[in-house]
Amino acid sequence: MSTLTVTDPADIVIPPRVSLADTVSQTLTLAWRATMKMRRSMEVMFDVTIQPLIFTGMFAYIFGGAVSGDVKSYLPLIITGLIGQTVLTACVATGVQLRTDMDTGVFDRFKVLPIARIAPLAGPMVADLLRYFIASVLTFAVGIAIGYRPGGGVIGVAGAVLLAMLAGWSLAWIFTYFGILGRNAQAVQGISLLVMFPLTFLSNAFVPTDTMPGPLRAFAEVNPVSLVITAIRDLANDGAVTGNVGWALLGCAVVIAIFAPLSVRAFNRKM
Amino acid sequence: MTTDNHSDRELAVRATGLVKQFGDQRAVDGIDLEVHRGEVYGVLGPNGAGKTTMLRMLATLLHIDAGQAEIFGHDVRVEPHAVRRLLGVTGQYASVDENLTATENLWLFARLQGMSRTNARSRGAELLEQFDLTEAATKPISAFSGGMRRRLDLAASLLTRPPLIFLDEPTTGLDPRTRGQMWETIRDLVRSGCTVLLTTQYLDEADQLADRIAVIDRGRKVAEGTADQLKSSVGQSTLQLQVADPADLQTVADEVRRLIGEEAVPSPEARRVNVPLTRTDQSIDVLVALRDRGVAIESVTVQKPSLDEVFLALTGHDTQDHTQDQPASDETAGTDDPELMEASR
Repeated sequence: MSTLTVTDPADIVIPPRVSLADTVSQTLTLAWRATMKMRRSMEVMFDVTIQPLIFTGMFAYIFGGAVSGDVKSYLPLIITGLIGQTVLTACVATGVQLRTDMDTGVFDRFKVLPIARIAPLAGPMVADLLRYFIASVLTFAVGIAIGYRPGGGVIGVAGAVLLAMLAGWSLAWIFTYFGILGRNAQAVQGISLLVMFPLTFLSNAFVPTDTMPGPLRAFAEVNPVSLVITAIRDLANDGAVTGNVGWALLGCAVVIAIFAPLSVRAFNRKM
Repeated sequence: MTTDNHSDRELAVRATGLVKQFGDQRAVDGIDLEVHRGEVYGVLGPNGAGKTTMLRMLATLLHIDAGQAEIFGHDVRVEPHAVRRLLGVTGQYASVDENLTATENLWLFARLQGMSRTNARSRGAELLEQFDLTEAATKPISAFSGGMRRRLDLAASLLTRPPLIFLDEPTTGLDPRTRGQMWETIRDLVRSGCTVLLTTQYLDEADQLADRIAVIDRGRKVAEGTADQLKSSVGQSTLQLQVADPADLQTVADEVRRLIGEEAVPSPEARRVNVPLTRTDQSIDVLVALRDRGVAIESVTVQKPSLDEVFLALTGHDTQDHTQDQPASDETAGTDDPELMEASR
């Protein structure tokens, strides 16, 4: 029975806590699991494929004339705004997926393994970087197809995509937190949409903020989504790494600093 | 946490006064438990008795509201990480990933526990072979039978050869043949020196596997001992007779009293009598005597004591009304998953 031989408890070395290297490796292993899952249920990709395809054309042609006079001059504003919006929608799915996943028995096994508590949360989020990548690249592609010419060139656009992915990963912590707290997937979806809509529409995603009334405008200007979209605009349209990029990164860091510890704590309490 | 104390090191599990409160209901109400190294310890009780809740607390999956628990001398609340390193858990909850194949599942859990790629691959293949799952290795888990699923669950818990295994209702819902196979697997595990803490609703399972058994009812330990000790508390078995003529019931009662000194329990409307036996072969004496007295018998069965009877004897109520007045909330606490509900039913 060599396969079943037991280790003596005294021989097991128990480090007091999980090292950073192990945490990263566990997170990547769980990210691998999440990509295997994605590959087997492609419908989870609808929100980052079909949605950018439809929304990009729709928003450009509906609002273009009213906001910027004509569609072509609206494109630099709306394409970058839509990237923010699509990535945020993809974040909502991150939370809903987590809830669905947590309701299966496998999450209990993760909890009972000697692994970092953050790994089961961060793993799927790392895999979702792929979704944010697809969403932002597709949005740029549709934009370019309908006449958008990003002034930042290839490098500027690549920088914008990278920033969008990073922002997606950061903002996803908000929805991960709701995913842990929610009673079921429907509840998580409901709460997340309630949060997502103000975050996207009370921002500079679709219209310039100068016409908004004072309080809304104040919120829109500190909204991390606005900060990220402004930075994406600087990168994609001007190819410039401006102070706005710094503000966007800071905004992301603040979101992580608040919601990552909240999520891990809630995760440890739940179940 | 007195690791230098010798007697503590001989204990795989030590719990004192464990309490778990769900709302105004005490799912676990002051349970003491001592599981020795190398022992199979069975926790027997109906649904909702608090077995799973207790196991989840010991496995660091649920907060311990009061009391203390140690695994190989490590305090569960203070050193959950150490406890997780020493423990393999298989049950209604800690299961495998349905989106992955068997091979991928074992790879995932091996890698998560720090095994190298080569080790993870060979250990996984070894366990699949051991658990007779090699042919199904690349099939989706959804195509697995209940028995295969349980075997894979168990294999996933054994990757790092943990010295202590928790098995939560390892055979609930399995057909008798698969249950027998599972029992064999568990026996192999014990032969390898593993300490096993298992919960079950079936007396015969505890009987087959466990060295010592605790009977749990409404969050409390109502009895503890070997299977023989528990069974002798209710009598070894029961002889059930159905007579053709209700008038013969009195004759049966007389003969039973004369031969084995027990009171037969009649149910006249069904023309039936239940006779408690201390030895199964006493049933022959009773039947021979009744034939000599000319009593016509329609049917005869001899039954071993069931969990229901053990329960009735120990607690004064049976397992059925127990589950009714205490909903299964604690067994499935923290989840709304219908599958888990199903599994714990």
